[in-house]
Amino acid sequence: MIAFNKYYNQFNILSISLVVISLLFLIFKGLNFGIDFKGGILIELRSTESKVNVSSLRDRFNQMDLGDVSVKKFGNETDYLIKFENKDNKKNIIKDVKKNLDKSFGNSIDFRRVENVGPKVSAELLKSGVIAISVALALMLIYIWIRFEWQFSLGAICALFHDVIVTLGLFSLLGLEINLSIIAAVLTIVGYSMNDTVVIFDRVRENLRKYADIKIFELTNISINETLSRTLITSITTLLALVSIFIFGGEILKGFSLAMIFGVIFGTYSSIYIANTILVRLNVSQKTILKDEEKN
Amino acid sequence: MLYFSKLKIIFILIISLFLILIASSNLFKFDNNFLKRNINLGLDLQGGSYLLLEIDNKPVIEQKLQNLTITLRDYFKGKNIKLVNFILQNEKILFKVNDKDKQKVLDIFNNKESEINPYYERFKSHQLEITEENDFLSVIFSKQGLVKLKTSSQEQALEIVRRRIDEVGTNEPNILKRGNDRILVELPGLDDPMRIKTLLGKTANLTFRFVSNNNEDTFGNEKLNYEDEEGSEFVSKRIILSGDNLLDAQPRMDNEANETVVTFSLDRVGAKRFGKATSKGIGRQLAIILDGKIISAPVIQDTIAGGSGQISGGFTFQSATDLALLLRSGALPAPLNIIEERTVGPGLGQDSIDAGIIALIIGFILVIVFIIIKYKIFGIITNTALIINLLLLVGVLTLFEATLTLPGIAGIILTVGMAVDANVLIFERIREELKNEKNRLIAFDSGYSKSKTAILDANITTLLAAIILFFMGSGPIKGFSITLGVGIFTTLFSVYFIARLLTVLYISKNKNKEIVI
Repeated sequence: MIAFNKYYNQFNILSISLVVISLLFLIFKGLNFGIDFKGGILIELRSTESKVNVSSLRDRFNQMDLGDVSVKKFGNETDYLIKFENKDNKKNIIKDVKKNLDKSFGNSIDFRRVENVGPKVSAELLKSGVIAISVALALMLIYIWIRFEWQFSLGAICALFHDVIVTLGLFSLLGLEINLSIIAAVLTIVGYSMNDTVVIFDRVRENLRKYADIKIFELTNISINETLSRTLITSITTLLALVSIFIFGGEILKGFSLAMIFGVIFGTYSSIYIANTILVRLNVSQKTILKDEEKN
Repeated sequence: MLYFSKLKIIFILIISLFLILIASSNLFKFDNNFLKRNINLGLDLQGGSYLLLEIDNKPVIEQKLQNLTITLRDYFKGKNIKLVNFILQNEKILFKVNDKDKQKVLDIFNNKESEINPYYERFKSHQLEITEENDFLSVIFSKQGLVKLKTSSQEQALEIVRRRIDEVGTNEPNILKRGNDRILVELPGLDDPMRIKTLLGKTANLTFRFVSNNNEDTFGNEKLNYEDEEGSEFVSKRIILSGDNLLDAQPRMDNEANETVVTFSLDRVGAKRFGKATSKGIGRQLAIILDGKIISAPVIQDTIAGGSGQISGGFTFQSATDLALLLRSGALPAPLNIIEERTVGPGLGQDSIDAGIIALIIGFILVIVFIIIKYKIFGIITNTALIINLLLLVGVLTLFEATLTLPGIAGIILTVGMAVDANVLIFERIREELKNEKNRLIAFDSGYSKSKTAILDANITTLLAAIILFFMGSGPIKGFSITLGVGIFTTLFSVYFIARLLTVLYISKNKNKEIVI
């Protein structure tokens, strides 16, 4: 049996610091919102012309007077991702850009993907993204509240907030882009983290009924160990699937799968070191669950 | 938990085989209509354009209020009430009336049987709202009045958008209302949406008006630019003929002038008016105006009585074709703005499909190998259930002809990773039970029943996330929530029916041998 409980304090301090640091990053550095939430234009282009490279493209775009333009390589050697704001809301801007590029690089450029999100739509998307995550957290709260005693709910919710905040903090630290698919990833993380916590809690409650004389400090450790091999196997298979998406699934799914990979790792960690320690700190005992069961 | 009745086994087999048959229709062509189903590919996979258009209702509201001022003045004149000092600003009509008539006007407006201010019984609201504002009375559209107006302009715009897109002839366009002032257009397989965007960006309001001799921007005249932005003319505000009178328009090569023109034919009323105007106005310039810009302003040489004519304006064949198309399909009630556009070229779509399939295959193999190493014989059972799970998932998606997107493929891969969870929970539990329980059947049985709540919890939490995504997400994300959500059900089915059945068969065959999980 691994003595997870030996490190409860240390890891609690670590988690709190991680959350605080993440919050500081989120407040002071902020998130790198993509055009979905900020509005603007994204063009993914491919060109086999040797003249086309990041700096020549940047030069061309700067001459077009579009404001801040970001030009990046995108996966493949011949692929580039260009992003800029459409400040004046010009109607035919994409057509004009295409014409301009064709003139400079002799029709060698193929627009593989074009996204143009107006300011009104991006504001709505951001709002609905925030609503979606809040509703998800609220629903999880209600679900766990129905299923368990309040001490357990608190533990699960703390773990959940930890995962979401630290994942977003990491995105802020690394400057990774937040777009619609990241919202989907965060929601899936919420589901996954909850799932992991609930499996351990289920066992804790079962053991509470079984052993009246074992303290919660020991009991959580027993429960974690009993469910450990399941926790690891499921995390590994999920990570195998995600790593496969990250490596082979193409550029578009990279951010999504990366967020999920972070989330799965944090989710597994928080089920062990946050959710359980809260039960310990709240001094949950056999009485806690028996009282509740008598009431029902 | 371990007993399966014959009926149940047959039931499981029928469902599985049915869904697998449906799934296989993506690969083979069936003649049967019911089986001829396919998973639809989303725009991000097959390539195409997604356009969200917003109707700019401001001009419509202003036009309606403009007409309303005339109606009001005439209506109250008939009742011997004189309305004066009309001002139209900020989507609001202001006017004055002397104090003794004020109450009468208010009463007429607020009467449920009012002839000029319709009352909507369903919404308990009038079309217009009247309030006193200093010395003026102010009339605006009520909330419901605005909704009615927006819905009706949305209906009209939708019809015109559909006609224009049909004329271009793209395959299977999807044109839908969104809210009460937006239209969503999905154009699968369309590589270059520029032409459609240009066509939808034009209101196509065509008018024929005389060029004025009076070079001043006065009440009856306005200064308009030529479309090529060189020069301008003062044009009378009086409309001789509008696009409503057009029956048909076609591009044609005018051999005499050696240029492309657009010929048009008019309805009876239009032909009569056109004839009259051209006979009276010989020698004058008649401006042909589209969306506030002059296309051309030819001098009338002769009376045109036949109800047909032609527009020239230095067109290329393409621009003449487009103008004719716009004129045939009619004018939009209001300008449309593209507020969101997402276009994926077919090359990227195919690349995404390839990458998604490779990721799926590799992810699948990694998971399968890991599980076999971990669980040996029971790993084979889990993997069989996993493969069937995948087939069932594809089967259900095909049955409902769901739309598969790139995040949707990610959802399938994720399902593969997470589907193992339930079987792992069960096997780990059985392992524990085997330690204390000599009777294997009892150990297996309690392993299944004791892990049930955890499995249920796990899947409900994921399902909740998927449901929220389904309702909040758009396009590609919706595709993710669908595969993730359907995946939960097929996983539960494959775990509790397929894997359990195989487990039961295995232990009853090896009754006397040692079984290790």
